[in-house]
Amino acid sequence: MSSIGTGYDLSASQFSPDGRVFQVEYAHKAVENSGTVIGLRGKDGVVFAVEKLVTSKLYEPGANKRVFNIDTHVGMAVSGLISDARQIVETARSEAANYRAQYGTNIPLKYLNDRVSMYMHAYTLYSAVRPFGCSVIMGSYEADGPVMYMIDPSGVSYGYYGCAIGKAKQAAKTEIEKLKLADLSCKELVKEAARIIYMVHDELKDKQFELELSWVGQLSEGRHERVPPTVFAEAEKAARAAMEDESDSDTDEM
Amino acid sequence: MACGTPHDMFSANPLWHNGPIPGGFYNFPGSKTAPLYSGAQRFHTPVTTGTSVLAIKCDGGVVIAADILGSYGSLARFRDLHRVHKINENTVLGVSGDYADFQHLQQIIEQKVISEQCLDDGFALKPRSLLCWLTRHLYYRRSRYDPLWTNFIVGGIQDGQPFLGTVDKLGTAYEDDHIATGYGAYIALPVMRDELAKAKQSGQPISKEDACKVLERCMTVLFFRDARSFPKYEMITLTEEGYEHHGTKTVKANWEIAHMVKGY
Repeated sequence: MSSIGTGYDLSASQFSPDGRVFQVEYAHKAVENSGTVIGLRGKDGVVFAVEKLVTSKLYEPGANKRVFNIDTHVGMAVSGLISDARQIVETARSEAANYRAQYGTNIPLKYLNDRVSMYMHAYTLYSAVRPFGCSVIMGSYEADGPVMYMIDPSGVSYGYYGCAIGKAKQAAKTEIEKLKLADLSCKELVKEAARIIYMVHDELKDKQFELELSWVGQLSEGRHERVPPTVFAEAEKAARAAMEDESDSDTDEM
Repeated sequence: MACGTPHDMFSANPLWHNGPIPGGFYNFPGSKTAPLYSGAQRFHTPVTTGTSVLAIKCDGGVVIAADILGSYGSLARFRDLHRVHKINENTVLGVSGDYADFQHLQQIIEQKVISEQCLDDGFALKPRSLLCWLTRHLYYRRSRYDPLWTNFIVGGIQDGQPFLGTVDKLGTAYEDDHIATGYGAYIALPVMRDELAKAKQSGQPISKEDACKVLERCMTVLFFRDARSFPKYEMITLTEEGYEHHGTKTVKANWEIAHMVKGY
């Protein structure tokens, strides 16, 4: 890496001569080492799917979740260093609570996104701190429809119809681009999301993973929650079946 | 020297001259410690108030009722003020006393419930825990000489059993199978006790329907007797089947015999 040994990568508060902040770029690397997370925004809600890599068989099932509730109406899916991500979750929760205490209504995701992204950005400005080694996707279902934002370690954020972060984000993005997101309902999106996660999972490099699925939309009455067990089982089964079909066709070709 | 007569040159100096006043604060010369709350006046009067809340345990749940009036002194100021609130799937909260103080607490409780949901661990606030928290908070406030002028009834299902508890503005709390706040503690409680005693004699717990009827009767009696009451009230049941709002009911009042009441 060109940055190594130049001395410009020791602090988040110093540019390199060609105008980069290496600490922030390293933070991006931390996200790229983590399991894939996708967010899909359909016509009636937002769906999150997470490929949670399980690094040891000794963990209890369901440990170290990567999908979080921020408020009743907001969900967050995270990729990168889990402990850094939990700090972002805490901040987002307190911002949401603070807004509710002041205005008595749910925080609009636009405002929450502003506050959380400014918080993450602040950690790219000073030599005493390091940037957050995580990216987060936030989703909500509001009066004028579903909304979704993604924030990366630099504190930059955009609204998305579909987005992917983590290891296989390129492969996942290619798959997401094939979907007609604006026409799909949450029920359909859950299946697509599960299928994409199973598809982009690299069995050779990472053996075990747990699938996490959550949604916020019309179906869940505007609440962010994990998808019901029956829906989850169905989506996972369909995803596995799709994988098998694919491997069958692979062998046919050979 | 007789009390109230002015001093003159013939009378002796009054006792304790320049000394400590019995029962008063005394500041030792040179010390910097001032008495706590030196002369600070605090606001100790409720403004918009709600009157009684009634609650009774029944077979597999609780019934809770309160009228929908917010009084401004003796003025019937707000006539659609809901005083029984669903906290979560297994807890309801009824309030009498200062409504603004209640709204302040309601906001805190709402955030508590949301924060707990966020944890996503499958647990929810239970009624006994809510009552305990209210007790701690109200006792803390009264110990600061700044009480929240409220009286709560917490009802719900705790571990499959009906739960009923109350806490007042001083932090005094207890659980019982029939509770009434405010004027209802004098007027409605004996009626409820009678009915529960009858049920106990029959060996059968009082059914939800019968419990509703008892409270209906109590609300009627209270409407006749309590000058701060209102004919419209709401009734809520929380049983194993879940939360049910029975809508806003109206007391069937008959004042025809009122002219016979004399001597007041």
